[in-house]
Amino acid sequence: MIGYILRRLLSMIPVMTVVAITVFLMLHLAPGDPAAMMAGDNATSDTIDAIRRKLGLDEPLWKQFGIWVWHLLQGDLGQSLFWTQSVASLIGQRAEPTISLALTTITFAVIIAVTMGVAAAANAGSYIDRFVMGFAVLGFSLPVFVVGYLLIFLFAIELKWLPVQGYTPIAEGFVPWARNLVLPSVALGMAYVALIARITRASMLDVLAEDYVRTARAKGVAPIKELLKHALKNAAVPIATVIGIGVALLIGGVVITETVFNIPGIGRLVVDAIQRRDYPIIQGVIILFSAIYVLVNLAVDLSYTLFDPRIRY
Amino acid sequence: MTVAAPIAEAKPNRYWRFAKRNPTIVLGASLLLIAAFLAVIAPLISADPRAMQPIKRLQPPSQEFWFGTDHLGRDVFSRTMHGAQISLMVGFFVSLGAVGIGLLIGLVAGYYRALDSFVMRIMDGMMAIPGILLAIALVSLNKASIAIVIIAIVIPEIPRVVRLVRSVVLITREQPFIEAAVSGGSQSLKIIRRHILPSTIAPLIVQSTYIAASAILIEAALSFLGVGVPPEIPTWGNMIASSRVYLSRAPWTIFFPGMFLGLVILAVNLLGDGLRDRLDPRLARRM
Repeated sequence: MIGYILRRLLSMIPVMTVVAITVFLMLHLAPGDPAAMMAGDNATSDTIDAIRRKLGLDEPLWKQFGIWVWHLLQGDLGQSLFWTQSVASLIGQRAEPTISLALTTITFAVIIAVTMGVAAAANAGSYIDRFVMGFAVLGFSLPVFVVGYLLIFLFAIELKWLPVQGYTPIAEGFVPWARNLVLPSVALGMAYVALIARITRASMLDVLAEDYVRTARAKGVAPIKELLKHALKNAAVPIATVIGIGVALLIGGVVITETVFNIPGIGRLVVDAIQRRDYPIIQGVIILFSAIYVLVNLAVDLSYTLFDPRIRY
Repeated sequence: MTVAAPIAEAKPNRYWRFAKRNPTIVLGASLLLIAAFLAVIAPLISADPRAMQPIKRLQPPSQEFWFGTDHLGRDVFSRTMHGAQISLMVGFFVSLGAVGIGLLIGLVAGYYRALDSFVMRIMDGMMAIPGILLAIALVSLNKASIAIVIIAIVIPEIPRVVRLVRSVVLITREQPFIEAAVSGGSQSLKIIRRHILPSTIAPLIVQSTYIAASAILIEAALSFLGVGVPPEIPTWGNMIASSRVYLSRAPWTIFFPGMFLGLVILAVNLLGDGLRDRLDPRLARRM
């Protein structure tokens, strides 16, 4: 197990190297002078020179890359061009809203999606099944911001049940924190629920057709126990896989959700950075989110042993 | 004439049977065709989407303005119809580009073993970067234009196509008929073209519809975030972005483009699901 974890961590190196090269080259191979682009349209040549020197852009490309990666490995994501802070500390300040949003969304989405998928598979062909399948296609087709504005209009503006926008830190109380997260989590979780519900249903249908499930039923195991213990546990590996892959959906969705609901998280940080052409922030957040995605999927691979003791590493 | 009659009678019957067996294909394709038709005739049936009438700003839907007007007094109906042009164009060209490039790389990686692990490591790395963030970064580095948006969406979609094509090639190249072709002295290029390429077509058709759906979604998201198609061009994402502060006063400025956006993506996804069921019967029962 330890050996497997180490091997998997080592296999992150080539993946993250490709990520780093892509993110690095993106800025340097783009047409035009990166320093001039960062300086903006009204910059004097002195400002451009200053930026070039500050970022070491006058060095050869391989050396710039080396220096950049060396700093990355020490957790230094660079310096913001707009703020007088490092990218790492900016991300740190904005982390709480994003982590809150992501964790509540994942928790509720997984519970709801797995329930929907199990219910659909247990009643294959029924109206429940059709509803779940219809929701799966619809949830995957509606953009986060369309769902978001629809929810705001309905539940915040018309019914006035929930706040329109914004974020309250959890330190200021659980209830206001939770009230602010309901609508963004639903908007963000829509596609994720659709994806997981669909795979859960497919995986459950496969397992329910197995002989041992029929045997369990024949010997009189209670239906709910048959579904959850005999079937769901054996259907769990593909479900766990798609929960991991779907994190990519969430990461992309966070950027949009935070804009729709005016949540001051990492997603907003990137969107603001784009408007200010603050490239170190954009690069830093892409590296961070890619690393999170890779690590989450490593954790998912390791979780397989929990569901299926036959899988050993 | 007597011969022609039974054929003419059989035809509607055959279409009807096709529609009954593949309801999702027919529903998806019909919705998509309607959207394409509206996009093409948009200039004929609607006013200038850029014409501003500040006195008539934020008017609710009426006889004169079917979908109301936005904060600059522009006709939301006209802008929504014209927005279909951009969305469909982006969807089409992104799936064409991603499938074309991905197919080429996938065939090479799958057939020539020496390149395989190198190419696939690069693809793994690219897949680790959240597609929408990569697209945002690529667009923000360049001057915003439709072409740049298309390229920026194509790049993150390529790895998925490469993986798909490679897996099909790996299965196909172990088949006895490939061995026969190799021992028969066929050249690699001919084997790829004649024997391997055909088996990639069905999965690629399905994949290309999903890519089109995700491309339309990402283009709208990019425009919504202000890093997509230039704001003077009416797209659904741009419309929602410029109207979002008027949500409580003029919800129609957001709902109509949002509804069309959702419907078009739904249509493409339905078409994809239907095609997958039809082309890959093994999956039909389960998904």
